Amino acid sequence: MTRLIVGRLAEALAALLLMSLVIFLLSRVTGDPVALLLGDSATVEDRDRLIEQLALDRSLWDQYLTFLGNALTGDFGQSVAAGRRDALDLVLERLPASMSLAAVALCFTLVTGIAMGVLAAITRGSAVDIVVRIVALMGQSVPAFWLGIVLIYVVSVNWGLLPTSGYGTWQHYVLPALTIGTFTLAAVTRLVRASMLDALGSEYVKLARIKGLSEATVILKHALSNSLIPVVTFMGAFFATMITGAVVVETVFAWPGIGRLAYESIVSRDFPVIQTVVLVITALFILANFCVDMLYLAIDPRMRDRG
Amino acid sequence: MIQKVTFYAALGLLAMFVLVALLGPYLIEHDPLRGSLRARLEPPLWAGGTMEYPLGTDRLGRDMVARMVTGARISLTVCVVVIAIAGSIGTAIGTLSGYVGGWLDRVLMRLVDLALSLPVILLALLIGAVSGPSFGNIVLVISLVLWSQYARMSRGETLRVKNEDYVDLARTSGLGHAAIIFRHILPNIAPSLIVVATLQVGVVIVLEASLSFLGVGVPPPNPSWGSMVADGRSYVVTAWWVSLFPGIAILLVVMAVNIVGDTLTDRINPALRGRTA
Repeated sequence: MTRLIVGRLAEALAALLLMSLVIFLLSRVTGDPVALLLGDSATVEDRDRLIEQLALDRSLWDQYLTFLGNALTGDFGQSVAAGRRDALDLVLERLPASMSLAAVALCFTLVTGIAMGVLAAITRGSAVDIVVRIVALMGQSVPAFWLGIVLIYVVSVNWGLLPTSGYGTWQHYVLPALTIGTFTLAAVTRLVRASMLDALGSEYVKLARIKGLSEATVILKHALSNSLIPVVTFMGAFFATMITGAVVVETVFAWPGIGRLAYESIVSRDFPVIQTVVLVITALFILANFCVDMLYLAIDPRMRDRG
Repeated sequence: MIQKVTFYAALGLLAMFVLVALLGPYLIEHDPLRGSLRARLEPPLWAGGTMEYPLGTDRLGRDMVARMVTGARISLTVCVVVIAIAGSIGTAIGTLSGYVGGWLDRVLMRLVDLALSLPVILLALLIGAVSGPSFGNIVLVISLVLWSQYARMSRGETLRVKNEDYVDLARTSGLGHAAIIFRHILPNIAPSLIVVATLQVGVVIVLEASLSFLGVGVPPPNPSWGSMVADGRSYVVTAWWVSLFPGIAILLVVMAVNIVGDTLTDRINPALRGRTA
C-alpha cells in the first residue's frame, strides 16, 4: 500500500521532470533562446543580464539545472508582451477563472452523464435509450470550438438568452460549461450505460431482486454503486479533456482563464508565459491523476493488495 | 436492423469523404487559395447566392466548396500519416513489450503511462509557438499523443495470444522470434489494432482541426476545416456559412467514424464496448 503510493508519487515527479526537460530543450535548442525569451524590444543590457541569469554561456546541463532551480523558486521569467510582468503571476491570477469553469463543467457532466447513462440502461432498446445514444454519439463527435460558436450564434445572438462571452455572473458559465463538458458528458453516459447493463445482468443484482428489494434500491444501491468505478478510473482522462478543451473554449468565449492566456501568448509569441502555462497545467494534470489513483485505491480494496 | 442501416450509412459517408479527398483537384472549379475580391462573402445558393459558388465564399472571396474539398484532403492526409506513424511505433513497442516481458516490459509500460499522463496538446501549442505552424509539426505532435494507445492495446493482445497452442507449436518447431511475431502474433492481434485505428481517425480529425483553429496546425493559406471555422468566427452573425459548413463536415465524418468503430468493437472485442472513452 505505502509502496504503491510512493511509486505513484515518484512517477508523478518523473512526469513533471520530463515535461520540464521538453520545455527546456524546446526553448534552448530550436533557434535563439535570447530572442525567444526577451522579444524584439530588448536592449543589449537586457540580453547580457538574461545570459548571466540563465547561464546561457555555459553547458546545456548547467543551463537545465539553472532552469530547474529558477522554476522551483517560482521564477519563470518575465512576459515579453504584457509589460515585463512576472510570468508566474500572470498565470496564477488567471487560474481561479479556469478552475471554477472546470469545476462547474465537471459537476454538470457527472450528474447529467450518470443520470442519462442509468436512464438509457434501465430502458434499454426503448425510444429513450435510442435518443440518449444519439446524443452521446453526437457529443463525442462534435468539435468543441465549433459547438461554442454555434451556441453563441443561436442562444446568445438569435434568442438573446445568455451573454455571448465574458465572465462575471452565473449566466456567463452556462454556455462555456456546456461546450467544455459535451465530450466528457458523452463519454460518461456511454461508460455508465455499458457498465450498468453489465451490472443489471449480474448475479448480485439478481440476488437483490430475489430478496425482494424494491426496484429503486436494486438500481441505485446495488447496480449503480458498482457501475461508478469505471467512471472514477476515467476521471483523470476527463480532466485531461477539459484542460485541452479549456484552451479552445476559453478562446471562443473570451473566458479570462489560463487556456485563453495560452492562446493569447501564442499569438503574441510570448514564450516565457507559454512555458509557464504549460508547466502549471502539467503540474495540475499530474496532481489530478495522482488524486484519481488514490481515490481508486480508496474505493476498490482489490487494488490495495497489488504492488 | 436499425444498427445495420446506420452502420452502412456511416460506411457510405466515410467512403464519400475518402473519395472526395482523393479526387479533390478534379472536383473543384475554383482555386481554394485565391479568391475573387468582387465575390467576397457570397451567401450559399439557397440563401440568395449563385450557382457559381453553391456554398458561398469566405472573406477573401474564396469558394467554400473548393476549400472544403481541399480541407478534406488535408484532413485525410494527416490521418493517414499520423496513424501510420503512431500505429507502427506503438505496435512495435507494445508487441515487443508483451512478447519479451520482464524488465523491458516494465520500463516500456512506465513510458506508456508517462505518455498518457502528459497534457500533450499543450506541447503542441508550445512547439507551434516555437517553430510556427507546419504540416510536420502537427503530424509529430498528434503522433506523440496517440502512439501510447496502440502500445497498450498491442501489449495486452500479445500477452493474450503468446501462450496459445499455435504459438507454442511454432516455437517448438524452431521458428525464430521475429518470424513468430510477424507470422503468428501480429496477424492475430491485427483486428483489435484496426479497431483502435478506426476510432482514432475521429480523434485525429478533431485534434488537427482544434490545432488549426488555434493557429498552430495547418499553416495558412492552406484550408483546414479547423482554420476555416476560425476564419468565419468573427463575422458569424453576418456570414454564418463560413464557420458552419466546415464544422458540419467535421461532425459528420467523426460521427461516421465513431459508428463504424463502435460496430467493429462490438464484433471483434465485445468486452471493450462503451469503454473506449
